[in-house]
Amino acid sequence: MPMPYYVSPEQMMQDKAEYAKKGIAKGRSIIAIEYVNGILLVAENPSASLYKISEIYDNIAFAGAGKYSEFENLRKAGIRHADLKGFMYSREDVTARSLANGYSQSLGTIFSQELKPLEVEILVVQIGHNGQANEMYRISFDGSIIDERTFAVIGGKSEAVQAVLKEKGFTQPPELQAALTLCITALEQIGNQKLSLESLEVAVLDRTRDGRRFRRLSPTDTKQLLAT
Amino acid sequence: MKLPFLPNHDDPSFFDFLTAHHPALMPVGRSGFLQAQATAEPMRGAGSMSVPHATTVLAIKYQQGVVIAGDRRATEGFQIAERRIEKVFKIDEYSAMAIAGAAGPCIEMAKLFQVELEHYEKLEGVQLSCEGKANKLGQMVKANLPMVFQGLVVMPLYVGYDLKRAEGRIFKYDLAGGRYEESDYHAIGSGGKDARNTMREHFLKGLAEPDALKLALLALYNAADDDVGTGGPDLVRGIYPTAKIVDATGITDVSDQQIRGIYDGLIATRRSKEN
Repeated sequence: MPMPYYVSPEQMMQDKAEYAKKGIAKGRSIIAIEYVNGILLVAENPSASLYKISEIYDNIAFAGAGKYSEFENLRKAGIRHADLKGFMYSREDVTARSLANGYSQSLGTIFSQELKPLEVEILVVQIGHNGQANEMYRISFDGSIIDERTFAVIGGKSEAVQAVLKEKGFTQPPELQAALTLCITALEQIGNQKLSLESLEVAVLDRTRDGRRFRRLSPTDTKQLLAT
Repeated sequence: MKLPFLPNHDDPSFFDFLTAHHPALMPVGRSGFLQAQATAEPMRGAGSMSVPHATTVLAIKYQQGVVIAGDRRATEGFQIAERRIEKVFKIDEYSAMAIAGAAGPCIEMAKLFQVELEHYEKLEGVQLSCEGKANKLGQMVKANLPMVFQGLVVMPLYVGYDLKRAEGRIFKYDLAGGRYEESDYHAIGSGGKDARNTMREHFLKGLAEPDALKLALLALYNAADDDVGTGGPDLVRGIYPTAKIVDATGITDVSDQQIRGIYDGLIATRRSKEN
């Protein structure tokens, strides 16, 4: 009878983490940044129909980097979770915190129990209203969860983009136009190339809207916004 | 609450998701279905259970869209259970639903239908077509059939603006989930027949919006005149029927003030006939 190879748990975790990280770094970065009336999300995305950024609930948005099929599945699970909770209790009881915890649990379990970890990094953001603060959670492939302030970056060369944002960032939440310009500058600087507006996926959670506050900005919208 | 992380999320229906994973949250709980099966005689429970019922809601097509309106009274036998109940619900940006039947399950179905459409839109990235929404509601009515045998009837009247056809549409349903499209107007509930009679006399193709609204309120007024289950304008408490307008720009509530203005005119005309 052949003996199974012994692999130490440390080695196994390390291998899995490396595998997942490699997958995530292959993609491009997604930025979420606070602006005066909410949160702006910008992703480099050559496809106009396969979204990386999406609406979850009234005040909550989702962004995923890495393997599309995997974060798409997570996105759908999040929408299920939110709609179920809103239906069972009330719309105001749906929170990013509980959703982020759910994601963290699921990703953690998959990372430790499945052979192949999910090659994804996700972002769950929620705008606060009536004076409450915004919330931004970054969740990694192993289920670790990081509570971000002012801005958050996932996917691709996220650390480099973060450095640029930190360096050029604002002390106060900027206007939407200034925030968008900053995001584009950061993405262009790290990618070393000029970005066309068509290759950007832009969405906002806008506090000034009623009900469902998520809105996508088409290339025409962003063009108009940057021109003013 | 654990994240509903399913291996694949092929089915974009919230209704099916609830049925499969949270049957207790369904308007027709699993227990309800079993009870209904156990009751050998159909309609046995119908008269014995006392739940609030809602009555007379209607919809009229006009040139640019649809008006949908309903009275505010819910009755429990010969008692008035509620004077201010709201029977017309906004479902999404381009559609509304009015209800007749047992108030509780009706309101629950409207709420579930709202979530159903929003859920689909978020998962799929596009809205359902007007026809698709109407069909989905038919399936929900059909799923309620076991409750009908217990006397908990839910009767929706659904209106939507079809963006592709650029016109308003009206759908009515039967208890088995049958879906029928109405070409001009329709009313359901205990005073539905009276309201339909009024609309038949006064309806014209291609009405203007104010005329359609006026006709809707007149039909409700006449229904309240002849049917005890339907509430007319309550001048003492200031309670008036509610109406919504669905057109290419979306759905808008008709303000209480506007409805009051129309009723003041209507009542003045009636009074002058009496003296």
